[in-house]
Amino acid sequence: MGFFLETLFGGLMAGMLYSLIALGFVLIYKASGVFNFAQGAMVLFAALAMARFAEWIPKWLGFDNLIVANLLAFCVAMALMVVLAWVIERLCLSRLVNQEGITLLMATLGISYFLDGLGQTLFGNDIYSINVGMPKEPAMILEGMFEGGLLISKEDLVAALIAAGLVLALALFFQKTTTGRALRAVADDHQAAQSIGIPLNRIWVIVWSVAGFAALVAGIIWGSKLGVQFSLSLVALKALPVVILGGLTSVPGAILGGLIIGVGEKLSEIYLGSFFGGGIEIWFAYVLALGFLLVRPQGLFGEKIIDRV
Amino acid sequence: MLYRENGQFKTSYAADQQIFPIAQDRIAIGLLLLVAFVVMPMAGSEYLFRAVLIPFLILALAALGLNILVGYCGQISLGTGAFMAVGAYAAYNFMVRIDGMPLIAAMLLGGLTATVVGVLFGVPSLRIKGLYLAVATLAAQFFTDWAFLRISWFTNNSTSGSVSVAGLNVFGVPIESPVAKYLFCLTVVCVFALAAKNLTRTATGRQWMAIRDMDVAAAVIGIRPVYAKLTAFAVSSFIVGVAGVLWAFVHLGAWEPAAFSIDRSFQLLFMVIIGGLGSIMGAFFGAAFIVVLPIILDQVPHWFDIPLSTATTSHLVHMIFGALIVFFLIVEPHGLAKLWSIGKQKLRLWPFPH
Repeated sequence: MGFFLETLFGGLMAGMLYSLIALGFVLIYKASGVFNFAQGAMVLFAALAMARFAEWIPKWLGFDNLIVANLLAFCVAMALMVVLAWVIERLCLSRLVNQEGITLLMATLGISYFLDGLGQTLFGNDIYSINVGMPKEPAMILEGMFEGGLLISKEDLVAALIAAGLVLALALFFQKTTTGRALRAVADDHQAAQSIGIPLNRIWVIVWSVAGFAALVAGIIWGSKLGVQFSLSLVALKALPVVILGGLTSVPGAILGGLIIGVGEKLSEIYLGSFFGGGIEIWFAYVLALGFLLVRPQGLFGEKIIDRV
Repeated sequence: MLYRENGQFKTSYAADQQIFPIAQDRIAIGLLLLVAFVVMPMAGSEYLFRAVLIPFLILALAALGLNILVGYCGQISLGTGAFMAVGAYAAYNFMVRIDGMPLIAAMLLGGLTATVVGVLFGVPSLRIKGLYLAVATLAAQFFTDWAFLRISWFTNNSTSGSVSVAGLNVFGVPIESPVAKYLFCLTVVCVFALAAKNLTRTATGRQWMAIRDMDVAAAVIGIRPVYAKLTAFAVSSFIVGVAGVLWAFVHLGAWEPAAFSIDRSFQLLFMVIIGGLGSIMGAFFGAAFIVVLPIILDQVPHWFDIPLSTATTSHLVHMIFGALIVFFLIVEPHGLAKLWSIGKQKLRLWPFPH
């Protein structure tokens, strides 16, 4: 029982991080109808920027304070993501308005390749670490209830809390602020939003910046856990089935989908993995999403937008 | 002046329907085939065969297969590498488990196995479209990656996870030297290119294009989407599977699942986009571009004595590919093949623009 709960918690924590990346997909899809394949590359780019600036800034300015260095690096990395959002909107999206979804998907695939190359050229291609002072040692809880207690990684717990906080903040931003309302208007109907004076271009820059922010946070958390390196951009491939499962246009769907996939992955690996020779984590999420697509193509909370013949 | 079709009249349906209706094109293609089959084997260096021509031919074949699915039928696939892997491993198993299995038969059986798997993963396309289908094909990619790595039956219980083939021969002629490999690949590619070109001109090919352009309208005028989509998946996977067999058997010789990773799928999709969606020639242009560009980028710094590390070069290649994808999608969605046909169009009128 204790072991099962441990696995369950581990899955929930991992799922929270998948949700965080999936959130980036959903935000961009909601506001512009672009399925952003480059989200993973953005996570890698943001994490690389964060890791390297946290290292460089103290050197340039000549001080030695971890917190200040991290804060400054976060600001610089965020500024970089905003610039990136603006450049992508200017050079790519604004020229592909009214194209089919597939064309846009392939364009973001191109962007993702470009960002992978650019990030590693600018910031180097070694493994870097991000140290934001996350607690590394695991904690023991509920020792009275189970034999041996439950071993919980504090780092995962902090990460999950941050992710949950971010999701909450984004939900509030979408529901309560004027900008958030404008974003929702654009998501509902591009043309109607434009005709009442909402500037589409600026909205897209904002959405991509917010997605960049989500990518940065996800990058920092994953990066401080596993180190920043190229494989980080592959984490985003895990977030794809999350989005499919939860529904492309639904923020709660992204969260719930992430949790389901995180838990499902861990539990299936432990309890089913041995029947299949192990390592089924790689495809479990995809096969789950595929099965789900056949039964309910719009996902758990998605709008029914799929037309079929 | 040379490229002018004045006076070339068609007097029969056969003449009107031929693949290259302009005499100059026929001569050019004849010359190209002559160079490819006769001159190259005599003049080419071993490096040229191994590093450029053989990969180019095989990847062009795979891109051809993918183009049928993505370019002609409009079903996006990010799992091409998976179907290549299925072809390669199936052919390997036929070779190992059946004594005296000829190479050609193993190749075709590998292709057929890929067809079966391709149709299986094509079934979701009847219910879902566009980016949803992209995710479904990604599932194929991850599943085969895992299966060939973990299920040891597929690799004949090889301990290292990598498998190899040796002593290839066709009708008793050994396929060992680079020239022999090159000629074998060239023959296969020519046969498949001709078949694919003709297939796209049949009723089935037109049905694919109708589905791509507007599936609802196509269904209304009596095209069965099920038939059109599944044949596209079948033909495409067959060609891709054969390309996988060639890549594994002829190009690599010994391989492991990583040879058909998701990167290979993206690479092939890039070839199709850059070369030209919905064009047989585009597959060749795209493959040539993507095979040759990294080699050129590797060489250019040496000419100018600029020291660039291999890592930097590979990042540069990434960036250039990424930028080119976006560039082509914005400026010329039909790729290099369209530029080529624009060039020909201009040449027909040259030097008078009207």
